[in-house]
Amino acid sequence: MRVRSKRYHQLAAAAAAAAVLPLVLPSEYAIHLAVVIGINAIVALGLNLLMGYAGQVSLGQAAFVGIGAYASAILSVKAGLSPWIGLAAGAALGGLTAAVVGGPLLKLRGHYLAMGTLGFGMIVQIVMVQWEDLTEGTIGVMGIPPFSVAGLALDSELRMYYLVAASAVLAIALAGNVIDSRVGRAMRAVHGSEVAAATSGVDTARYKLQVFIMSGAMAGFAGSLHAHHAAYVHPDSFGFHYSIQLVVMVVLGGMASIWGAVFGAGAVTLIGEQLRSFQEFSTIIFGAVLVAVMVFMPAGLWRGSADLIGRLLGSRGAGGRRRA
Amino acid sequence: MPACGGRTLYAMTLPTGAQLLQYLISGLTLGSVYGMIALGFTLIHNATGIVNFAQGEFVAFGALIALSCSEAGLPMPLAVLTAMAAMTLLGAALERAAIRPARGASVITLIIITIGASILLRGIAMWQWGPDALPMRHFSSEDPIHLGPASILRQHLWIMGIVVATMLGLWLLAERTQVGKAMRACAVDREAAQLVGIPAARMVMLSFALSGMLGGLAGSIVAPLSMGQYNMGIMLGLKGFCAAILGGIGNAPGAVLGGLLLGILESLGAGLCSGMKDAVAFGIMLMVLLVRPTGLLGRRAGRGEAVG
Repeated sequence: MRVRSKRYHQLAAAAAAAAVLPLVLPSEYAIHLAVVIGINAIVALGLNLLMGYAGQVSLGQAAFVGIGAYASAILSVKAGLSPWIGLAAGAALGGLTAAVVGGPLLKLRGHYLAMGTLGFGMIVQIVMVQWEDLTEGTIGVMGIPPFSVAGLALDSELRMYYLVAASAVLAIALAGNVIDSRVGRAMRAVHGSEVAAATSGVDTARYKLQVFIMSGAMAGFAGSLHAHHAAYVHPDSFGFHYSIQLVVMVVLGGMASIWGAVFGAGAVTLIGEQLRSFQEFSTIIFGAVLVAVMVFMPAGLWRGSADLIGRLLGSRGAGGRRRA
Repeated sequence: MPACGGRTLYAMTLPTGAQLLQYLISGLTLGSVYGMIALGFTLIHNATGIVNFAQGEFVAFGALIALSCSEAGLPMPLAVLTAMAAMTLLGAALERAAIRPARGASVITLIIITIGASILLRGIAMWQWGPDALPMRHFSSEDPIHLGPASILRQHLWIMGIVVATMLGLWLLAERTQVGKAMRACAVDREAAQLVGIPAARMVMLSFALSGMLGGLAGSIVAPLSMGQYNMGIMLGLKGFCAAILGGIGNAPGAVLGGLLLGILESLGAGLCSGMKDAVAFGIMLMVLLVRPTGLLGRRAGRGEAVG
């Protein structure tokens, strides 16, 4: 019970912080970045459930975001339906696709699963390019309308921000509830040792699939938010590169940590933006930081920095022994 | 990119015999390059159990270094050798700097480390060579040789010849030399190999070095046909990957066979519908993973590690 109430306190604090954040953000552009971070955070939270808690890697998560984005874009532009229907359809289709491909894919393990999800992501992107009648191919779908609430269009960064922030806080709450639930316990058992979990009666395949479906649905939901925020979807946005970025958000922030995933989404989005002015150096620095963090802080920046601070504050003797 | 959506169905006409032969030639050429990249994966996977996502960057660097050397006036054999030597060093350096310190890390961590290394290398390549595709001279005359209705480029022959020679060399290394035997012993059981006095850590570094060398060679032989570009390694690396899985991860003859098959199927697929070229490779990979994850020549015993 105490864990729960701690979660609620943190959640309330996060919601309050998110509510006042736009007041301190200096510009429209900063709010735009906050929106992008929020959208990425929703995907990262879902992926973190899969990678951090269930221990299953996905190098094709961008595909689910793309499926949600295209579903929403096509329904609102070509079928003229409300963006809210698109949002529901995006999440549903993301989850449904995960349910269909998850059955066979999740039988794979380790590197094989990584390659399988990578191949799935590649094929989804090729379909986006090739199915021109539906997706407009390499041109992309343009002129996607914004969400609207009671006649008020969410067409400014600030209005969109509140929708995305509310969604992200909900996603955090959802992830927290999943982790504290029976499914969460089973997932941690699967991560610890799949064999041990299976022998103690945990239906590992079912739980893995459930988490996969949830991560797919969260990605699809975020994809729909992206489509109505950017007003434009293009196959390039949902390729291998974005899948890698999503994985990096989860591992850089720290696997099996809800706040780590949010922190990772923020860090990767901001680093990407900041380094843009450095041109080619951006990729060099990004790659080097990624390798260094993984080698020296495999638990991620969030927990890794806490450990580091603890170690610096702790006795020197302990550090000395570590070296020896 | 030409597409095969509903609007371009005319592209789906059946190829003639001459076209088939042409597809076969380019498929075999591309396939032998895929096979070589797949072999690089196999070497590292057997020594460490790691799938090296930076393998494609070895290829890209090989291509870029070779074309720069050739541009600078170095004779072609020297340009290729320089590229191979540089990539051998880079492979060893990658192992020493990023893989060895992370010993015992989880699969996800190791995947991210090699992905990080690939991003880093790609950044360096773009900084050094810029974003554009750069041409490279063919190894010999660019006039095609006519084979009846089809024609073959001399570079095609060079590629196939070099790949065959390399396979032969690697086979001799693995079967006939002490080092090769030590590497194979490490692949079978690292701890047991260490117990009989084989320096396993050095063998791991050697596998990265060899893998780098193979990548460098693959890049420098393919560059005259494909040109060299900082990001060429992404697709080539992933295709090499597909080839390795098709043949059976960890199986050297399988890697080569997988590469050749993939090259031919991809070439035929692209002949029918050019937009679907990449879908062929990834579709085959998915199918293999789902139906027979150990690949065509994979050991049955390896099944446990692939599927739960």
